[in-house]
Amino acid sequence: MSVLSRLLRSPEGAIGLALLSLLALMAIFAGVIFPDDPLSIVGPALVQPFTDASLPFGTDRLGRDVLAELVHGTRASLAVGIAAAVVALVIGSLVGTLAGFAGGLVDEALMRVVDAFQIVPSFLLALAFVSVAGASLPVVVLAIALGAWTAPARLARAEVLSIRERDYVAAARVIGMHPLEIALREVLPNALGPVLALSSVIVASSVLIEAALSFLGLSDPNIVTWGSMIAEGRNVLRSAPFLSIFPGIALMLTVLGVYLFSEGLAEALAKRRARA
Amino acid sequence: MLLIVIAGTFFLLEAAPGDAVDAYLLSIGGGDPALVQSLRESYGLDQSVFARLWLYVTALFRLDLGWSVVFGRPILDVILERLPNTLWLMGSAVALSFGLGSALGIVSGARPGSATDRALSIGSLALYAVPSFWLGLVFSVVFAVQLRWFPTSGIETIASGKEGFARALDIAWHLVLPVAALGFIYLALFLRMMRAGMAEAWRQDFALAARAKGLRRHRIVVRHIARNALLPLVTMLGLQAATMLGGSVVIESVFAIPGFGRLAQEAVAGRDAPLLTGIIVVSAVLVILVNLAVDIAYGLLDPRVGAAEVPT
Repeated sequence: MSVLSRLLRSPEGAIGLALLSLLALMAIFAGVIFPDDPLSIVGPALVQPFTDASLPFGTDRLGRDVLAELVHGTRASLAVGIAAAVVALVIGSLVGTLAGFAGGLVDEALMRVVDAFQIVPSFLLALAFVSVAGASLPVVVLAIALGAWTAPARLARAEVLSIRERDYVAAARVIGMHPLEIALREVLPNALGPVLALSSVIVASSVLIEAALSFLGLSDPNIVTWGSMIAEGRNVLRSAPFLSIFPGIALMLTVLGVYLFSEGLAEALAKRRARA
Repeated sequence: MLLIVIAGTFFLLEAAPGDAVDAYLLSIGGGDPALVQSLRESYGLDQSVFARLWLYVTALFRLDLGWSVVFGRPILDVILERLPNTLWLMGSAVALSFGLGSALGIVSGARPGSATDRALSIGSLALYAVPSFWLGLVFSVVFAVQLRWFPTSGIETIASGKEGFARALDIAWHLVLPVAALGFIYLALFLRMMRAGMAEAWRQDFALAARAKGLRRHRIVVRHIARNALLPLVTMLGLQAATMLGGSVVIESVFAIPGFGRLAQEAVAGRDAPLLTGIIVVSAVLVILVNLAVDIAYGLLDPRVGAAEVPT
């Protein structure tokens, strides 16, 4: 039985996969479903949801289509979440591999840097970084990755420490491979498994941090994000709470989808391993 | 370690375009070059980066964090004034999430796989996926705007003239919603860890031994299983301290609590780099202190830790 069919068997995996596929489709086809700029004004302000068939989720304070904003907001959330996780995993596994493989002074120095990053609250770090570098998507991605790379770095180092003593590493050394080549071609690929398992947690927390940053107004003003929608809706919280509630539910479903998917995947992989 | 944090933050904020003098000039509407020069000199901004880093670090040892441009007061004073509010918020949120989370975790882990367990697992996962600031907004809409049970914002009733116990009660009243919003998110984390730990403990030999002794299930769960599952939670507490401090930034902004986290936001808005540096350094110190406390607590809770150092 393949991993996919196992994944679909567990309720968590099936729901998670369904949620994520739906969100991915929304992000990819946002421009097709709603070809107009989601920030353009389409109707009267503050249309209540489920009252107008052409504006199913109503409009916000400026008369913008909430559904179009939500669908376009998927793009920013997923893009930032995935990109930040990729950057964090790449930096983390490289630093971890280097530290674990080189050992000695290099290891000591790199791990102290990891310590330093770990004792600063990652949200404060992201806040400071975005405020210095200016709010744009790449900066936000980098800011989030800056606080997230330490866990993969620690894990990669721990893996590398056990792998570097294996026979095939010794064999690579005997045939005269360059240490850097051994580290990157022999050790790193084998250390990646457990590190990749962290990716779902990082994606989920990145999505949440991005939302919090844009809620505080630290995101590109020309891009719709769920966090900025919540902040925008907050101004009319008493009369139109739905403006803040809808994007919040979208955020929750996204993060939930990531968690359920990863839980289902872990279960499916564990079962396969148990069989083998 | 702390030194790396200080230097790192210092250089990061050094890279920011414009300095405190620029921000100050903007707020007063410009000035002539001579004024700019004298201001830069008085703030020491005309010296090299490394000279200023050295000055900053040496000043830190005298507990001098510098001068806040936005507030026009020493940074340490500003931070110390705001810190108690945040500590109350965080402390209560930690107590709530740890207490309720582990209690529900015990309920959940007492019978792994039962209907209660499934429901709690799914519920906690959903809770964990909620952004805390959004939960705060929903709470304030439901409990403060519609039901009017709790105040929407602030830390205490302004100019109420309350003293002593009445004032404490007033603050507690204002803190209910923010604490709930912050605490509920982390509750899920503790619940899940507790449950996983208990599921693990059931498989251990001592659980089998306790059952073989014919102990009642209730007693096994409380005395043997839960006790052993509690330890990793304490470790988690230390690890989460930094995350929670970050989370309080947003929660304080939602509920307009004049705390440490809101200060960070104000520092960003006012381009007050020294203040932001001070905030990051103090938060790093805070995280180190929490972890130290956790380590000490760990030694007290688990007799296996540190036993080697005790002379016998």
